[in-house]
Order: sequence, then structure tokens, then C-alpha cells
Amino acid sequence: MTDTALNALPAISVRSAGKIFSVARGAEVQALTGIDLTVAPGEFVSLIGPSGCGKSTLLRLIADLDSATSGEILVFGKTARQARLDQEYGIAFQSAGLLPWRSVQANIELPLELHGVGKAERAARAEELIELVGLSDFRTRYPDQLSGGMQQRVAIARSLAERPKLLLMDEPFGALDEMTRERMQQELVRICSETGAAVVFVTHSIPEAVFLSDRVVVMSPRPGRIVDIVSVNLGPGTERSDALRENAAFFAGVTAVREALHGSPVAPLGADLR
Amino acid sequence: MSLDPTAPALFSLPAEAEAQQQPSARAGEGGARGRSLARSVLPPLVLGVAFLLLWQLVVVVFDIKPYLLPSPTDIAGQIVVVLPLLWSSLLATGLNALIGLVVGSLLAIVLALLASRVTVFDRMIVPIVAALAVVPIVALAPILNTMFGSTSDTPRRVVVLIVVFAPVFINTLRGLRQVRPVHRDLMRAYAASNWQLTRTVTLPGAVPFIFTGLRIAAPLGVISAIVAEYFGGLQNGLGSRITSAAANSAYPRAWAYVFGAIILGLVFYGVTLLLERLASRRRA
Repeated sequence: MTDTALNALPAISVRSAGKIFSVARGAEVQALTGIDLTVAPGEFVSLIGPSGCGKSTLLRLIADLDSATSGEILVFGKTARQARLDQEYGIAFQSAGLLPWRSVQANIELPLELHGVGKAERAARAEELIELVGLSDFRTRYPDQLSGGMQQRVAIARSLAERPKLLLMDEPFGALDEMTRERMQQELVRICSETGAAVVFVTHSIPEAVFLSDRVVVMSPRPGRIVDIVSVNLGPGTERSDALRENAAFFAGVTAVREALHGSPVAPLGADLR
Repeated sequence: MSLDPTAPALFSLPAEAEAQQQPSARAGEGGARGRSLARSVLPPLVLGVAFLLLWQLVVVVFDIKPYLLPSPTDIAGQIVVVLPLLWSSLLATGLNALIGLVVGSLLAIVLALLASRVTVFDRMIVPIVAALAVVPIVALAPILNTMFGSTSDTPRRVVVLIVVFAPVFINTLRGLRQVRPVHRDLMRAYAASNWQLTRTVTLPGAVPFIFTGLRIAAPLGVISAIVAEYFGGLQNGLGSRITSAAANSAYPRAWAYVFGAIILGLVFYGVTLLLERLASRRRA
């Protein structure tokens, strides 16, 4: 699996995918319909939309945690199932999902351990990642000794453990306070551009989506579908800092996404950004 | 962060505070540990001594006959007299209880694992466990004596096994069913095998529940081992000594063996508690 071979293929290619959940007594819910989406290698794409628009479902289909009812989902040219079996992606959820009986280091080593990586190599990789997410002093701590933000950083380090070329993130900062959240966003955008991984990031925060993404996919509920894809041109992730949050281009992005979400122009720029 | 609502109350819930709340119990040992030990051991000790004094006083003042209630000094005297026999009986009964407890618990844990994985098996075994839980050992012990012969320790061990099985099985199975959806998703994303899921997520998550079961089962096992001796068979354990002393109207001696039984029960409970501490220390 060389880099050139990867670059020729999109990281994700979703073609007319749909998902129907059957609920009680034969009733059905159309969670997703007619989804078409291509994510390039190294591209940061956010999925945004109101609750029930199927953004998490779409992520779960890509991760092969659920299977699509119709259509085709390819991850690096393989079926979603094969990509999962081949460990082509790293994943992080809204709840950090750390194992409470494992230390920070052992949690980060979990995927490596499951896939038969040797002890010394595991420890070395965990060390790198702990450094990367700035938790060097907490290596031997247990999850319940960490704050929510720290736990989420451990989860992100864990998702990066196997150097995936694709990261799937389902509202990883959803439960964090605004300050921690902005700091984490900045770290994430830096880490992702450093590792060159493509990212699919589910969120319901407009500023978060704009700050992080190359493209923002705007979705709408009942049935879940893509209504618009907004390109954000704020430069490479390494150059995205807090200053950007007060930049006109950032506001323009926020406005564009908001209009796409509401389906019409909204309040003039600067009136209300939250 | 979402606190896990299913976490057993045996563990203190993680505080929401920013990182390092407790500078870990390892720091500042010595004096602090001695003081906390004194604080936890001293009150029950004082109460126990006061109780014995009161007992002695009541027996002496009201001149209560030994067959009704012997005084603590009488009992202590008998303990000294029968000490070698008390010790050997305690070991005999203790060994029966231990073997029954270990085999019964292992069986319960393995079957609970199976039940948590195989739905059909789950449906089959749960009614059987319910039946086991209500088996009257009083009725069972004589039958087992006949079955295995009265010169064998096996009937007693089987009684302990049966009594111990249900609490360990039920608690373990409950623990095994506590897997959080996020952990299930995570392990699926890692394409982990069933065995890996069990080993890294399900079983460690069930450990506190297993210990809850063991803590109930351990003293229960000791009691069953003693009671099982009441129905004939070998005369080598605490239960048989208590019955024969009582049959000979040697009440202080019977009480001396009861004292041995209490010690044995406490040892079993204490060791389980200690194992639980050791197992949970790594969880912060």
C-alpha cells in the first residue's frame, strides 16, 4: 500500500447511499437517502445538520458500524467492511470511550495491542502520541483522574495510534465547554495537517465546522440528505489559529454554512455569530 | 463527560474535577496509614471488648447456667483446652469450604461467560440457576451423603459448590451485560474478535460484579460447609464437633467451636475483600 496508490483513490467515495432503519412492528424510518460524497486524501470534511439529519448514521456507514441499505460506500477503493477489517481508519466518538481500568498509556496502546504490535513498539508509539496530545505528565493516570477534555485527547491519540490515513470523528468535542473546545479544535487541525490524514467530522456547531474544514457538508432531516456542500478557503490547517476566528473569511464561511442550513439568507454579517 | 450510569456503586464515582484530585494513596504512607488503620480497627475492637465484658457480667450477676449461656471466660478456657482439635477441625471445614467456593465460583464465571455469549444457553441455564438458588441444603446434604458415602468430604464440598454457584453466577452475568455501546462500537471498529472483546472489555468490566458475588458467596460457603456436617458422615469438622459437644451437654466446648466457625467465616470474608482491593487498585 504505497502513497501513490492511495493518492490515486479518493479516501471515501459514497454513491447514492441510503439507510432504512426498521423500528417496531414493521415500521421503517428512512434515515438517509441518495447520499453522494467524495472525500479526497488529506481533506478535512465536516458533516453538519440538525439532530436526526443522519450525519452520525452516515459516519457509522463509512465506519461499517452499520451497513447501508442501498448504494455503495468505498473507503480507499475497498468496501466499507473490508476497510474496517484492514483497519484503514481511526475513530473517535462523542464519549471518549476509554477503558476505565487502563491507564492513559494502556488505553492508547489498545488498538496496537489488539492487532499484535510488540510491547516495545507499542510503548514507543504511545509515547509519541502522548507527547502529541500534550499529556506527558499523565501517562500513568487512569481515565477517572482526567478532565473531560483530557479524556477526549486520549481518545484522539488512540484513534491516531495506527497512523490511519482516514479519521472518523463523531462529535468528539460535543460534551466539552466552549474554551476547551476551541483549544481542542486548534490542536486537532494541527495534528491532522501534520499527519496528512483525511477527516470526516460530525458536528452541530457551525463555527467549529468552518474553523476545521476544507469543505462543510450541510445535511437536512426527514429523510436525511445532503442539501449543500460549502467550500471553506481558510488555508492549510497548520496556519489556522485563534486569530482566524475573528477573520472576515471565517465569518463569510459561517454565514455561508448558516444560509445553507436555513435555506435562505439570514441576519447580516456580525449580528449574531453563535 | 457522561458518567457511566451502570458503574457499580462499589466504586466511588469519578469526580468531574480537573485532573489530579487525589495525590494517590501511595504518597505520605507511614503515619497516615497507621492512623487510618487505628481508626477502622479500634471502634469495633472497643465495642467487642465491651460486649464481652457485659456478657460476663450478666452471666455472673444473674447466675445463668452454662447450658443456657456459658460465660466468655468458660468459653475461652475451653478454647485453650481443645485448641489442637479446634485447629484441625477448622482446617478440615475450611478446606471443604475453600474447594467448594473455588470450584463453584470458577464454574459460575465460566457458565456466565457462556450465557452472556450464547442466547440459547442463556435461556436454558437461567431457570436452572434459579432452581439451584432455592435448593434446601438441609435436604440435599443427607442425600449427597448417601450418594458419595459417609467417609468422604465430597458431599460437603458439593453442598458448598451448589450454594456458592448462584450468587456468583448471577452477579457475573449482570456484570458481563454492562458493556457500553461505545466500547462495543470501538471494538467492532478495531475488527476485534469475540475473544478479544471478552478479554479486553467484557471481563474486566465485570470484575467488580464478580467480587460482589464472591463477597456474598464466601461466608455463605463457610456456613454451608458447617451445616453440611450436621447430617452425619466424617466427624472431622467444626460442624460435627459442635453437634457432638452439644449432644454431650458440653456447652462451653460447643461455644468454643462456634467461635472457631466465626473466625473461619471472617477469614474467608476478609480474604475476598483483600482480593477485591488488589483487583480494583489498578482502577485508580
